[in-house]
Amino acid sequence: MTEPIVTFQNIHKSFGDVEVLKGINLDIKPAEKVAIIGPSGSGKTTIIRLLMTLEKPTSGDIIVDGKNLWKMDKNGKLVDANEKHLRQVRGDIGMVFQHFNLFPHMTILENCMTAPIHVKSEDKKTAKQRSIEMLEKVGLGDKLDNYPSQLSGGQKQRVAMARALVMRPKVMLFDEVTSALDPELVGEVLEVIRDIAKEGEMAMILVTHEMDFALDVADKVLFLDEGVIAEQGTASEVIEHSKNERLQSFLKRFRA
Amino acid sequence: MRGINITISVLIASAILGYLMAFVAGLCRLSSNIIIRKATGFYIEVFRGTSLIVQLFWLYYAVPMLFDIQLGSNWLVGVIAIALNYGAYMSEIVRGSILAVAKGQTEAATALNMSSFQRMRLIILPQAVRMMLPEFGNYLIQMLKATSLVYLIGMNDILYYGNILRSNDLSQAPTVYLLLLVFYFILALPIIWLTRKAEVISKKGVAS
Repeated sequence: MTEPIVTFQNIHKSFGDVEVLKGINLDIKPAEKVAIIGPSGSGKTTIIRLLMTLEKPTSGDIIVDGKNLWKMDKNGKLVDANEKHLRQVRGDIGMVFQHFNLFPHMTILENCMTAPIHVKSEDKKTAKQRSIEMLEKVGLGDKLDNYPSQLSGGQKQRVAMARALVMRPKVMLFDEVTSALDPELVGEVLEVIRDIAKEGEMAMILVTHEMDFALDVADKVLFLDEGVIAEQGTASEVIEHSKNERLQSFLKRFRA
Repeated sequence: MRGINITISVLIASAILGYLMAFVAGLCRLSSNIIIRKATGFYIEVFRGTSLIVQLFWLYYAVPMLFDIQLGSNWLVGVIAIALNYGAYMSEIVRGSILAVAKGQTEAATALNMSSFQRMRLIILPQAVRMMLPEFGNYLIQMLKATSLVYLIGMNDILYYGNILRSNDLSQAPTVYLLLLVFYFILALPIIWLTRKAEVISKKGVAS
């Protein structure tokens, strides 16, 4: 059996007095596509934010490619990770946000090529070429010199995906990437994700409300409810054949 | 008209030093080190809360007497006083603008594995500076007017020469002071124009 690329070991996370995650255990294999579904407030987004180091877990360990993300070894003792350690470990992870978060002061091309140049010390020419290829792949090869404000929501989200992909992550996180889009723009974004998924080499974690899409793309679906994984299995097991009552009623609201 | 070079040189030097102070103090206010934060806060409140003329006199008369430090020429003292005073005001603009850059920008930069220094330099500051520009322009105009105070520590700026002209012929007072107003206004015009430009620039390329 292949070693998992990401492991959550008994992860708890509280915001003030509110415990959002109550002991999450999770293995994600390389190239595995995992969809996380569940009612709002169930902690779906928190899971991937912990993995991206945007939030710190209250307790528990996250292992990425064999390395502990939030803790590091110092003279034989495990201590809280410093920035240097976090940067070493999270380099394998990329993320696409609900609200795109493109850099508004940069062109589309600059949005994509800045991180390879400064973070990975790639030379400018290579970074530019790879960024252009990636933008062409998401269908925006003709917008290179435009600014984000000149794009539609769907186009912005495709740029955000290209920007993350240029960094060649081993794990890509999608945080409700279609929730902020007008309905007619959802399709083009899902199409791109489908294409990326087909290429296969990257693990993907998708927090989503698009059930049909999850059914189509995901190898595994997790149903998160009140901070615990209430149900997991293949997409068809969870979405079509589950007996979990809360999951049933959750799904009913989407099928209506 | 003589004295104009003094007014302009004091303005340029105190503006450069003032903006520098503003960035240093503004960033220090956002430091995670509580001592740096509090010390900077103290500086800002003292210089914002007291009169510029009194600060000028302190630096020119009191500090050399009390501590036996010579701050150099009256030109330098004037520049330092104006820079410290306006730097304190403008540091709040720096701080506010940095905080006003959307949180999602920091998160996106983190997701691309940038270091905190890279995040500040490549993502946050370029956007924050755009927001600062119009306010910086306003303060530059105020600094221009504040340069007239160096007259009080014996510098020969345009106000000094205006007063000399008037004392030669007291009946000329209205003409002389009208001329002075016109001079300050003409000096301010390019700054006003720059500020307008800055406002246009700042409207482009900032996250809403």
